[in-house]
Amino acid sequence: MTMLSFEKKYRVSGGTLIGGDLFDFWIGPFYVGFFGVTGFFCTVLGVALIIYGASIGPTWNLWQISIAPPDLKYGLQFAPLREGGLWQLITLFALGSFVSWALREVEICRKLGMGYHVPAAFSVAILAYFTLEVIRPILLGGWGHAFPYGIFSHLDWVSNVGYQYLHFHYNPAHMIAVTFFFTTVLTLAMHGGAILSMANPGKGRVVRGAEHENTFFRDTIGYSIGAMGIHRLGYLLAVNAGLWSAICIVISGPFWTRGWPEWWTWWLNMPIWR
Amino acid sequence: MNRQHTLIALGMTVALVCLAGCEKPRPVSVQRGFRGTGMEVLYNRPKLDALYAKNQLPEVQSPASPDGPRAGDVYQNVQVLKDLSAGELARVMLAITQWVAPPDQSCNYCHQGDMASDALYTKVVARRMLQMTRDINTNWKSHVANTGVTCYTCHHGQQVPAQAWFIDPGPPPVHGIVADRGGKNVPAAIVGLSSLPFDPLSPFLLEANDIREQGTTAAAGSNRHSIKQAEWTYGLMVYMSNSLGVNCTYCHNTRAFGDWASSPPTRVTAWYGIRMSRALNNTYMLPLTHTLPADQRGPTGDVGKVGCGTCHRGAYKPLFGQSMLADYPELAGPRVPPSPEMAPAPVDARAATGEVAGMKSVHDSSPATMVAGKPL
Repeated sequence: MTMLSFEKKYRVSGGTLIGGDLFDFWIGPFYVGFFGVTGFFCTVLGVALIIYGASIGPTWNLWQISIAPPDLKYGLQFAPLREGGLWQLITLFALGSFVSWALREVEICRKLGMGYHVPAAFSVAILAYFTLEVIRPILLGGWGHAFPYGIFSHLDWVSNVGYQYLHFHYNPAHMIAVTFFFTTVLTLAMHGGAILSMANPGKGRVVRGAEHENTFFRDTIGYSIGAMGIHRLGYLLAVNAGLWSAICIVISGPFWTRGWPEWWTWWLNMPIWR
Repeated sequence: MNRQHTLIALGMTVALVCLAGCEKPRPVSVQRGFRGTGMEVLYNRPKLDALYAKNQLPEVQSPASPDGPRAGDVYQNVQVLKDLSAGELARVMLAITQWVAPPDQSCNYCHQGDMASDALYTKVVARRMLQMTRDINTNWKSHVANTGVTCYTCHHGQQVPAQAWFIDPGPPPVHGIVADRGGKNVPAAIVGLSSLPFDPLSPFLLEANDIREQGTTAAAGSNRHSIKQAEWTYGLMVYMSNSLGVNCTYCHNTRAFGDWASSPPTRVTAWYGIRMSRALNNTYMLPLTHTLPADQRGPTGDVGKVGCGTCHRGAYKPLFGQSMLADYPELAGPRVPPSPEMAPAPVDARAATGEVAGMKSVHDSSPATMVAGKPL
């Protein structure tokens, strides 16, 4: 593969966390590194196990393939391969590949002399997954509390788990998470819209700069967070969306077994209007 | 620096306040469907223990001889329990006193002077309730199976069952643009403090309005039910859920609420339960409205009515599935007199209740053993 003209200066050796310069090389455009090897290994094994699980399952319909966690009776023990053991192995390899990817990002950051913003943000997404599939099941005392790997089946799980608490939209942390998700999307749309407009001014007109963006937002919404600020804001919103998702599910069950609407009694019981 | 400290202190206070409302892990969980489907019922251990302790059976009256003359021949005005021996009648009367009457009034709660007199309203109501109990235990096995009910199931030592329900007229009317609450938007305990309709039982447990509101086809057009109707249905469902101390997945796989094929069998039992409550309210409770004194009626002057919570009292099965009928068989239905001609009767009964036997297996597969059994 050809190398872009500016790419050469990014291909510097060093900065690895593990393995010294043993895996410090590129294959085509891809940096390998120790975590590239572990990530590749975990991904190939995990996907192969999913395919094996599908092959012993009832369907090859992509929407309906499902690798389910063990029955609750197995608690936190290992389950037979066909009764949830596959799910346990796949979870292990999934985490292995996600964490490998994050650490490979760390190595690239070190090569480029950047901060760890990208791996830090990705770690929050991993934390959300880890919370759902590991922390919460451990707190509840069984791998069977985790969600299955399937396109439809994991949605069915989400629906049923939501209804375990009668009305999940009353979950305060879920409210916060949803608000962060929507705000992330809103700010991305606003920022993306502004950039596209500035960069595509129409035939015969010049591309606009940051001051035009600032002026546009000051005129329309009274404030502009600025070219650098919007990226900090986006980062903050997106990371919080993942973080509060993890919080909203880990409190459901381990720390609250009743309907979420009932949690709000403290509001109804406030002394000023009780 | 100071500002940072203030922020940290503030953050920790907020975190502590949030934790204050929490329960401690690890809850009791019961799997209710295929693994990975999220079909689970969760219980908070201390709350479940407390509920279980409150749902123990009362002391059983010592047995009475079934021999001797029938109560109907010995006493006057015995209309329901006349097929019992006089001793058995006295025994069941003692039990009812223990279950229902205030301890300081005892027999006098229903009888004063002439035992045959129907002067006291309590006696008239008690007779009707005995008929209702027998009706439930004979004709509603689809819901109560062979566990059945007794007076104690609902009364629990109280004169009026604690969880009888009344029509809720809602808060006093307001004026202006918020005047029409549409029967909802007031946090009501009966719907788990959500903003769902605050009187969700009248349309379903008194009247026979349509509960099913989901369409059966994917595309819109065939289903004429409104979101408002859905809220009434959800109101009823939240009431049922709270009454039984279970969540939605106890009876529904929520990917398709209305689909019987993917619902747990408990939904069948619940379906009969709704019909049973409705029938009991219309057959037994409504006609007693003016027999009962005004202070036992609701805010709109209506009689106390039967709902899921009246018997269940927060347990997935009343008294956690413990049956009292073996000790009080006279409440299970009219006694069949032992005679040679009637000998095959039990066989016939078993054959006739083949459907009921199916229901029993439903009960056996429910979390009875897991919740009521070993962990408690």
